[in-house]
Amino acid sequence: MESFLNRYRSITILLLAILAQLVLVAFQVKNDRDVRMIRVWTVTAVTPVARMVEALRGGSSGLIRNYVLLHDAHEENRRLQEEVGRLKLDNNFLKNELNMADRAKVLAVFQSHTPSRTVAATVIGIGAGTNSKVVFVDRGTASGVERGMAVVTPDGIVGKVIAAYPMASAVLLITDPDFAAGVVSQKGQVRGTLKGQGTPTCKVDYVPFEEKVEPGEWLYTSGDDRIFPRGFPVGLVKVVRSAQPFKEILVDPSGMARGLQDVLILLEGVHQAIPDAPPVNQPVFIGPPPPADTVKPPDNPGPPPSGAPAGTEADKLRAQYKEIGDAQGHKFGEGTPGSKAPDFNLKLPGPVGTPASKPAGPPGGASHP
Amino acid sequence: MSYSGGHILLSSQREGQISRFPAWVMLMVPLAAILFQVYVPLFFQFLSFLEMPLLVVVYFALTRRSQVGGLLLGALVGLAQDSLSKNPPGLLGIVNTLVGYFAASVGLRLDVDHPLIRLPLTFFFFLFHQLFYWLMVRALLGQQLAFEAQKTLVLGLLNAVVGVSLFHFLDKLRKAT
Repeated sequence: MESFLNRYRSITILLLAILAQLVLVAFQVKNDRDVRMIRVWTVTAVTPVARMVEALRGGSSGLIRNYVLLHDAHEENRRLQEEVGRLKLDNNFLKNELNMADRAKVLAVFQSHTPSRTVAATVIGIGAGTNSKVVFVDRGTASGVERGMAVVTPDGIVGKVIAAYPMASAVLLITDPDFAAGVVSQKGQVRGTLKGQGTPTCKVDYVPFEEKVEPGEWLYTSGDDRIFPRGFPVGLVKVVRSAQPFKEILVDPSGMARGLQDVLILLEGVHQAIPDAPPVNQPVFIGPPPPADTVKPPDNPGPPPSGAPAGTEADKLRAQYKEIGDAQGHKFGEGTPGSKAPDFNLKLPGPVGTPASKPAGPPGGASHP
Repeated sequence: MSYSGGHILLSSQREGQISRFPAWVMLMVPLAAILFQVYVPLFFQFLSFLEMPLLVVVYFALTRRSQVGGLLLGALVGLAQDSLSKNPPGLLGIVNTLVGYFAASVGLRLDVDHPLIRLPLTFFFFLFHQLFYWLMVRALLGQQLAFEAQKTLVLGLLNAVVGVSLFHFLDKLRKAT
């Protein structure tokens, strides 16, 4: 080793000198998106590995399970002993798969219904640092992602893109102390600024003490920050304390309530109205769409015939009087004062509501007294 | 000044004489070259084409025949140039490091005391410097810097001519062996 270094001492020193200066340049230079080159290079070098690891993790669980099953087929005695454990693993695996499928379904439904233009992304890594509230997602500038874009889930906002790299993006989570977003309360339309605290709970600043905000109230994005469009759920007010000059409000963010695996990046946000009702957290069943050609019209699509009145007692009485008048040739509303009134005691054949002499005309075709 | 014989290729490294310079020369000459590039064009605009620091690096690398010494001198001079420019430190440092290394490598093979060798070598290293700098700016800074080939060739020739004269002057500062 020593002789090798002595032999190639010059070229080694050259490479070291070049490398040191490259690092020096990379620490200072920023690209056109105001991101230092050293970060671009590092993330570009690291995120493909993270993507591979994520892909391997997703695909390997099924492979490992199949291998275990195949192995057990040849070892009958061990298979019997491990049956219970394997079934438990299977159960957990299926539960995870089901959960994942539910999340993907909810995400897809939300994506198709929201007016904003979005791109789905998967979290592939967490930023370095013990207290890091930054995650990396697998969508970057190649997918149209830019710095400053909002990141949401169907349950609420998640964070914002702080750096976009070619194949990945760094997302500052809502819980990071550097995070801030404009919010508005659902009931009183009270505005404030949501801030992360480095903990799972966020706080809302700049809400004057005279304003009314109640625990259990939902907060939505106000759109004032020009990052998050108006109307996205933020979270549920957990604690409200009176203080001077601003209230102390703690919020449970809803966007990460179900974990953070799949997110949506808002490429073009569209402001929405603040809903009257709080968002529903329960999964919503959406049935399949009706077939286009197999819809058969009902047998009797028209209104019920006058002979079979349905409705109130007054409707039935009117139909009865109309039939009595028709049976005696009387038209209601045309007789002069003093003329002979129809005999309302006339017994009509058949039950009331069944035309005796002629079928009923179309609705509204007869005059009424 | 004494030029070695009638051949330009060295049969062995022992044949090439390693020039030694006093410490103050090694310190002051590069410094003077950098100051020249910084201040002289303020008063004599037409001299701004001269790449004096590059010429000094090429000279010391060629004559001292030390690859490590050449690359370190190139790195130091380049970093100093970067510090005095809007470039991020390291950009010209990398270019001059490579120039110093390759110049020293050439000095190990050729009789660089010969003026007919120095002229094309200086011309070549000026072109190498300009081309590599252009590549670095495009690759690292993402700037669309234009590369004017004809102008670069002319400036390379001018720098080579000045360089040969400068080298002749610097030869007088060598330690007597």
